[in-house]
Amino acid sequence: MSLEWLVNIAVDNWQMFLRGIGMTMLISVIATIIGAVIGLLIGVIDTIPKQKKGVKKYILLVIRVVLRIYVEFFRGTPMMVQAMVVFYGLPLIMIEIKNLIGTDFGFDGDINRVFAGILVVSLNTGAYMAEIVRGGIISVDQGQFEAAQAIGMSHWKTMIHVVLPQVMRNILPATGNQFVMNIKDTAVLSVIGVTEIFFQTKSIAGNNFRYFESFFIACLIYLVLTIIVTQILRYFERRLNGKASYQMIDEMSIRRPENPM
Amino acid sequence: MENTIIDIKNLSKSFGSHEVLKDINFSVKKGEVVTVIGSSGSGKSTLLRCLNLLETPDGGEVNYDGKNILTHMENVNDYRTKLGMVFQQFNLFNNCNVLDNCILGQMKVLKRSKDEAKKIAEEYLQVVGMSQYINARPAQLSGGQKQRVAIARALSMKPEALLFDEPTSALDPEMVGDVLQVMKKLAKDGSTMIIVTHEMEFAREVSDRIVLMDKGIIVEDGTPDEVFNHPKHERTKAFLKRALKNN
Repeated sequence: MSLEWLVNIAVDNWQMFLRGIGMTMLISVIATIIGAVIGLLIGVIDTIPKQKKGVKKYILLVIRVVLRIYVEFFRGTPMMVQAMVVFYGLPLIMIEIKNLIGTDFGFDGDINRVFAGILVVSLNTGAYMAEIVRGGIISVDQGQFEAAQAIGMSHWKTMIHVVLPQVMRNILPATGNQFVMNIKDTAVLSVIGVTEIFFQTKSIAGNNFRYFESFFIACLIYLVLTIIVTQILRYFERRLNGKASYQMIDEMSIRRPENPM
Repeated sequence: MENTIIDIKNLSKSFGSHEVLKDINFSVKKGEVVTVIGSSGSGKSTLLRCLNLLETPDGGEVNYDGKNILTHMENVNDYRTKLGMVFQQFNLFNNCNVLDNCILGQMKVLKRSKDEAKKIAEEYLQVVGMSQYINARPAQLSGGQKQRVAIARALSMKPEALLFDEPTSALDPEMVGDVLQVMKKLAKDGSTMIIVTHEMEFAREVSDRIVLMDKGIIVEDGTPDEVFNHPKHERTKAFLKRALKNN
């Protein structure tokens, strides 16, 4: 009977599952945060007003092209393949670099599996977040930019003090979505041997040959994780849009002075 | 001419093939209140926006204190702090409350200390009659209140001149009075002001000079008495006839 097996597997292997959960959450939390930072940076660079002349124009152009290639590459290839390419490819690239310029800067490209996993998921998240942030910045009213410029703020000051705080609020739901996707997508990191939930489950199933029951437990674990995370994010969203922004204060308008002077 | 602060020469600006400003010559003296009137699409707002370079002119000179700003674009942010701008759509920073709106520029651009910035902001919020709304967010204010905060924000930078871009056009008639009253007070106190407006009575009352624009050129430039009572051009007469009838 399968139900008995479910319970038995859970009881016998709970420590392994727990370690898997820890690894999955560690990678997805760190990668979502790093990815969001990458996305914000790219979004800001992407919206720098076009320069008319000078060296700046060309520097900006080069940066834009590089960033575009990055975004297109990571959005256009499967994360599973990226993980393989990064983990097995990096040492080869560093050898090539050493042959070419004589030094590999003391870094031979042989990286920890977890680190490679975080790197791949972060870069992936960053590529998606870049588009989300760009949309968030574009959706901020042009008047906000103009008002900030009119009091003498540079592009960076405008972004940091006026636009990004508004963008953060706009992109929070999309960022949460990305986080939930990362929890699930870390499963593909099992191909480079990261001991997250899927990898652990495969090991457990390999021992007891009960594939359905083991993976059914993994299913439930993923479901519980994503539901909890979604609820936590909802709570933050509610707090952010809370009273302050929608509730008009009537008493205040009543107390309006007769003569504003 | 030594107290001329803004002096525009041969200014031109096109959007695509549409010439919005054609060879504009225009100057403002310190302490002067200049009102720019004209029908919609005549280039009034564009002229104002060219003054603080929110629009980059295609040709001509924008001289401020005798220096052509267009040849010193690297100082544009310094220059903009000298001109306070008030927008038709208020454009208060939505992420900040009333007080923060007024101190953000002071602290981040002018590098004033928080205490000093706060003191200055409170002083000007008092002037515009908004001091009891100090913690309100823009979403909680009516249009007229937002515009008065926007004026306080501009004043808090202690600019040398103020630019008003149709400050009352997005307000309902009841709110217009509050805002105009604040502006009248500023005009009386000797601020240099350049105002784009459709409020003819207000223009006549507060202005030292009135400029009428039509199709990208300045048609008439004179005292309120000259423009309203003795207009030289047919175009002015026609515009005033229509504008005053509507009021």
